Amino acid sequence: MVYLNALIQGVLLGGLYALFAAGLSLIFGVMRLVNIAHGDLIVLAAYVAVLVMQALGLPALPSLIVVVPVMAALGYLLQRLLFNRTLGADLLPPLLVTFGLSVIIQNGLLEAFTADSRRLQAGALEVASIRLGEAVSLGILPLLQFATSVALIAALQLLFYRTAWGRAFRATSDDRAVAELMGLDVRHIFGLAMALSLAVVAVAGVFIAIRTNFDPAIGPARLIFGFEAVIIGGLGSLWGTLAGGIILGVAQAIGAELDPGWQVLAGHIAFLAILAVRPQGLFPKVLS
Amino acid sequence: MSAAFRVAHATRSSQVGLALASLAVVVLALAPYWGGREHLRLLAEIYAYVALASLWNLLAGYAGLVSVGQQAYVGLGGYALFALAMLAGVHPLAAVPLAGALGAVLAVPVGALLFRLRGHYFAIGTWVMAEVFRLIASQVSVLGGGSGISLPAGIVTSMAASRQMREFLVYWAVFALVVTVLVAIVLLLRSRYGLALTAIRDNEIAARSSGVDVGRIKFAVYVATASGTAMVGALIFLQKIRISPDTAFSVNDWTAFVIFITVIGGIGRVEGPIIGTAVFFLLRQTLADLGSLYLMMLGAVAIAVMLKAPKGIWGLIADRFGWQLFPLERRLVKPTTRDA
Repeated sequence: MVYLNALIQGVLLGGLYALFAAGLSLIFGVMRLVNIAHGDLIVLAAYVAVLVMQALGLPALPSLIVVVPVMAALGYLLQRLLFNRTLGADLLPPLLVTFGLSVIIQNGLLEAFTADSRRLQAGALEVASIRLGEAVSLGILPLLQFATSVALIAALQLLFYRTAWGRAFRATSDDRAVAELMGLDVRHIFGLAMALSLAVVAVAGVFIAIRTNFDPAIGPARLIFGFEAVIIGGLGSLWGTLAGGIILGVAQAIGAELDPGWQVLAGHIAFLAILAVRPQGLFPKVLS
Repeated sequence: MSAAFRVAHATRSSQVGLALASLAVVVLALAPYWGGREHLRLLAEIYAYVALASLWNLLAGYAGLVSVGQQAYVGLGGYALFALAMLAGVHPLAAVPLAGALGAVLAVPVGALLFRLRGHYFAIGTWVMAEVFRLIASQVSVLGGGSGISLPAGIVTSMAASRQMREFLVYWAVFALVVTVLVAIVLLLRSRYGLALTAIRDNEIAARSSGVDVGRIKFAVYVATASGTAMVGALIFLQKIRISPDTAFSVNDWTAFVIFITVIGGIGRVEGPIIGTAVFFLLRQTLADLGSLYLMMLGAVAIAVMLKAPKGIWGLIADRFGWQLFPLERRLVKPTTRDA
């Protein structure tokens, strides 16, 4: 029963990790960009939510109406002004530029908001739960997160395979040069992909800020969980990313059940073990 | 005819550079006699960054292995020194080469796993591995667990009776290490393996088709840099006398800044990390009052250099004037009458 509970909590936690990872998976798949600042952008979204809640008096989740477009606009600008100049065969320029952005965001938040840890208040939602039997109870918030994550990934999947934007994303992912020859403005397409990625980041940022305490330094750890989910799932596969997040969450929950100090370690070891057997991830759609 | 040509490494600029470097070595070796305590601490910190950046430059700039997880070996070296000194009674300075040996031994299985990954996946894999090292270190309660530990006073005083002499010893140890690292890299690059590495840097496929065993050379470079990085880590934390998982395995301190330094100075050139470290510490010493703003500026400078001058400061200088500080060039020289 203890392990059943761990399994269920792990799956729900995996939904959150998939939420961190969906935005990464999208840009990694479309333009092979490893965005080291992704975790810090999640934290930035949480602070934007703090400001929006203060300024407009909105509760946590409704603040997304403002936070999502703000982050999406930031994503488009970052891509057009900065990241597009780094894309090419060499992986160092995007890595270094996003590392630089990561350091800038972390220290900027530190200057603006101090190192104090914060939390977004969501009232009764934070503690509400459904009991299923003696040892298992499901928090409403984790359930909502999981449902949001699945819904977002389903929506991205539809967008990728049913719309003109999605066709453009897949075309540039397959062959940038040919996509350009067909008249696609690749720089604009990449800008849209990054805008979409940061829109997802906004949702992830607000959810994580309701669920746990956050401060300017927590970004890199979220980034690692996101990367692990993307890589376990396989490049370019959004459902694979969800599966990767769930595998990671379950491994962490079982590790935590064995010893609280092993939670994160168990996730990393599951990741390395999967890579040792299948370096391309479980469900790759795109060749790296 | 074939025997008539020979390969020359030195140029006029490298002769000047070597003379200046020799002078610098003598002056800096004598620093305890002309500098104050603050100077020694700062210089030792500078040497540590020159060594870390030079090793990362060899790994990423020449062998094309972009790792963002070298903090794994910095922390490993630091913890190895503390463990050897506290649990096995090894003299702290004698523990430094042992930490290097441990780094090399561990790098073999770790590298075997990571080398299954390519490009982006390799980079992320190295970071996850460093996190695994950090989490394991925080589970070791005899070494302070998650909150860290200080080197006991008895061990510190066993190095030398007076505080001044201890500071001198640590200073000379870091200095000897950075000189060794730089000389080893220059000698490596002059050897036939260096020619292979330079070929890999310029074009991996071309190197492969010319008969270079790329996989084997990359693996050897990975193990060697792990060993060197572990020794630098051991000395960094011997100087700090305190270690904790978060400082020992810090991705910002031991990877982000090291990458910034290498790129600002000029990646893929031996001079790059030295110039980059100079810029890093100049920024830090002049802007230290600004607190975290200085780190934001460092990030911005690194981004600007990457976008506007991806060869770095030394790349600009070398392209403009054709200078090299170290005799690394390879030119075929026609026989002079004396040679013939």
